[in-house]
Amino acid sequence: MTVTVDPVPPELIAPAPGDRADFLLELRSEEIPARMQDKARDDLARLFAAELDKVGLKPGAIVTFATPRRLALIARDLPAATEPVTEEVKGPKTAAPPQALEGFLRKTGLTRDQLVERDGILFAITRKPGRATAEILADAIPAIIRAFPWPKSMRWGAASASTESLRWIRPLHGIVALLGEGVVPVEIAGIASGVTTFGHRFHHPGPITIGSAADYEEKLRACHVVVDQDQRRVAVRDRAAALAAEAGLELVEDEGLVGENAGLTEGPVPLLGRFDADYLSVPPEVIQLTARVNQKYFVCRDASGALANAFICTANIDAPDGGAKIVEGNRKVLAARLADARFFYDTDLKVPLEEQAAKLDRIVFHEKLGQVADKVARVAKLAEWLATGGIVPGCDPALARRAAELCKADLVTGMVGEFPELQGVMGGYYAAAQGEHPAVAEAIRDHYKPAGQGDEVPTAPVTVAVSLADKLDTLAAFFDAGMPPTGSKDPFALRRAALGVIATVIESGLRLPLAKTITQALLARPGRHSLEGQLALLDFFADRLKVQQREAGVRHDLIDAVFALGGEDDLVRLLARTAALQAFIGTVDGANLLAGYKRAANILKKEGYAPAEQDGSGLSYTPEPAEAALVAALDSAEPRARAAVKAEAFEGAMAALASLRAPIDAFFDSVTVNDADPAKRAARLALLSRVRAAVHAVADFSRIEG
Amino acid sequence: MILALHAYWAERGCVILQPYDMEMGAGTFHPATTLRALGPDPWNAAFVQPCRRPTDGRYGENPNRLGAYYQYQVILKPSPPDLQDLYLGSLAAIGVDTALHDIRFVEDDWESPTLGAWGLGWEVWCDGMEVTQFTYFQQMGGFDCKPVAGELTYGLERLAMYIQDVDNVYDLAFNDAGVTYGDVFLENERQMSRWNFEVADTDRLFDGFRKAAAECENCLAPTDGSDPLPIPAYEQAIKASHIFNTLQARGVISVAERQAYIGRVRDLAKGACGAWMERNAADWKARHPGWSA
Repeated sequence: MTVTVDPVPPELIAPAPGDRADFLLELRSEEIPARMQDKARDDLARLFAAELDKVGLKPGAIVTFATPRRLALIARDLPAATEPVTEEVKGPKTAAPPQALEGFLRKTGLTRDQLVERDGILFAITRKPGRATAEILADAIPAIIRAFPWPKSMRWGAASASTESLRWIRPLHGIVALLGEGVVPVEIAGIASGVTTFGHRFHHPGPITIGSAADYEEKLRACHVVVDQDQRRVAVRDRAAALAAEAGLELVEDEGLVGENAGLTEGPVPLLGRFDADYLSVPPEVIQLTARVNQKYFVCRDASGALANAFICTANIDAPDGGAKIVEGNRKVLAARLADARFFYDTDLKVPLEEQAAKLDRIVFHEKLGQVADKVARVAKLAEWLATGGIVPGCDPALARRAAELCKADLVTGMVGEFPELQGVMGGYYAAAQGEHPAVAEAIRDHYKPAGQGDEVPTAPVTVAVSLADKLDTLAAFFDAGMPPTGSKDPFALRRAALGVIATVIESGLRLPLAKTITQALLARPGRHSLEGQLALLDFFADRLKVQQREAGVRHDLIDAVFALGGEDDLVRLLARTAALQAFIGTVDGANLLAGYKRAANILKKEGYAPAEQDGSGLSYTPEPAEAALVAALDSAEPRARAAVKAEAFEGAMAALASLRAPIDAFFDSVTVNDADPAKRAARLALLSRVRAAVHAVADFSRIEG
Repeated sequence: MILALHAYWAERGCVILQPYDMEMGAGTFHPATTLRALGPDPWNAAFVQPCRRPTDGRYGENPNRLGAYYQYQVILKPSPPDLQDLYLGSLAAIGVDTALHDIRFVEDDWESPTLGAWGLGWEVWCDGMEVTQFTYFQQMGGFDCKPVAGELTYGLERLAMYIQDVDNVYDLAFNDAGVTYGDVFLENERQMSRWNFEVADTDRLFDGFRKAAAECENCLAPTDGSDPLPIPAYEQAIKASHIFNTLQARGVISVAERQAYIGRVRDLAKGACGAWMERNAADWKARHPGWSA
């Protein structure tokens, strides 16, 4: 290891590390997209901490701020310098040949008299002085700026004649870097750090001098900038709720909108306006969506819970007219949006869904899987089959078919073209308005559900049939074509589809034979089908089920234990069996039986035992009492367990197994399996094999952990 | 308003141009933007460009959506450091009071798949209405912009609605003698919407698209073996792009085909931009030592 003493000019001798100061960094730019601000704060804190960590500096705390025009960080209690470090390097023995000493002196850059001798060994002792924190920061800031991981970044200005010029989210204009009250000198892409920043773009466009981290927030506040995003969020949330209350309404809360508006303003001023009540003839989902997505407005409910003709926009200025002109302008924009929505709605209403559905042959479902019209035909067939076969009880097959035939028709409507999020919802409205059966309209509206965990799971029979058919068809099609999800890539949301099927089946307790249903879904597709795809899909369901059940507190090894029996594709039965198993394994009998089973299985495995043809003949010797007792217990338990499994009375099956526990324990306690007499040995191995088989009739205990 | 903008930007060194005499979807298609955004020479220009957006037609029934409207386009290369302030100054010049109106820069990354171009910037909101597209071009025709140009695209009708305080675009006063925007354009919107959505003969449109594409290729590789002609080639690309937009409004291009058509137009535009770069490269390098494409 090479250690050299840095020559330290007197003026750069670090201040005493004991002095502590706060550091302020502000990176001022043109407007940063609202959705990127939170991550940018995290990245800034992370990169800053990493830079300090490299030199062993520990700040007291790091806080970060983001507004549309600035990204800032305050690091508390930074020492003024890093601690000096003393390093000792072991050298040669005093008695070593001169060449060794020369080499060591060369390596350390010291002379013989600077070395220290201890116990006949020479040591080089060097003191690394502390480095001034300001100097460290001056290196760190440009490194952080250059390494900043913006999701998208850009070049600008004259420097951009080279693609190597500095990149930032939008043009970067200023850097404030203050350690205590002193400027940390930095220059990057022609921007020199200093003490100057700017206030609110319209309320205080002039420069402001920042004294230190201590007065940063306060000075900006005086210049109409609330630099703390959390304070802006509170201002938006509370004021919007208050405005609604003042108008006798209730705010429809939307934290996403709160954050977005706080990210679009430096001094948020929520304002309430009204739109023409005539527009309330447009479905409320449409009004809320266009207000939120296109305009970032909150909406309100009236006392009856219905959508009110009010909106709340968030301005960035406190206008002298109290915001009257701003509200008026926003009202006009919303009116135009709503006029557009009504245009789509009225135009769509005039076209029967059946006619729209006919256009689905123009829309590609997937380039390898044909058009949406083909998919609809398959879904209709499968939904009808689910109803006819009684798999979805109480479902009228004709209604299931009808709902399925119309379920994708809204994809070609103007409204869904404009707002894809409204797929299903609009179809439901149009179906109801065009006189379809209410169950059909409901199924069209809800067949995409559940759209994720926590989403409502459909239970209305027609909806359930269409929802299952749609998801199973998608899954079957992609797996059949060899396109299952891989790793983190699941572009067609197949995992979500499978979880949706599982949740729907469990919610309604449907007796859905999965393998048979998948076959049915495949048969509706043209061409040859791959067996691999079908098996892979069943495995996929098993995996999804484990994930879903793990979250519900079910042990995945127990699900494995039931799955491993094979042939079980009825999710409801499988889960009932798993639940009974989990309860049983939790009892003393269960735990001991598992131990006994494992002992038996280990012996069989060690002996390489293969069950011979059972000759059914009795034993050629007199069994020991424990041996006879086990045979008797099996004779009684086996048929009981079998019958209980058949009747799906899984607690009963577990009880039958529990009756084996004591005889097995007794058997292991008093009987030697590996008897010298080959006949005894063979018979006892066969008995253990019978124990194993009896247990396997209920679940594959070898999969159970512990 | 147009005169005020002309005066404002002329004072700031822009050449004032006239509209390009072809149908196009946005002022960005004007060769003074597209082609001039390429290369190292400084370029500052301002002009009005009529725009045609067949799918945005609403038969004259929407208060601010139009199938044909006017943009005011400013391009400044390289982008000046005070571009946002210059822009706000131009709003003041046309009478937008930023003490009373809420001006916001809302993320809107611009991308033109048909031009092979993208940039970062914002849509500028005035009281919630998008009045300007503000973009720092990063690529054009698939080429890096070196240096980056700043582009401002004002929606003239929308700004006029603010300044005149009217709710409906057709109520805008066109002069002081009672002529409104509706008097001038309402019938156009009605008839053009009918034509774009319902009447246009799609076979002839498809044919027109093919012919424009073929002619573009002819300009890029003249049959007599002479040098490519990027400007005529680019004009044919503009033409193909507009025909494609009309076909879209007629609803005869499926989702799958759509990508293929966009790709086709992009290839034409890229070809023209590439030929433009090639034709000028030697001059540019001579004037700007160290510059490279």
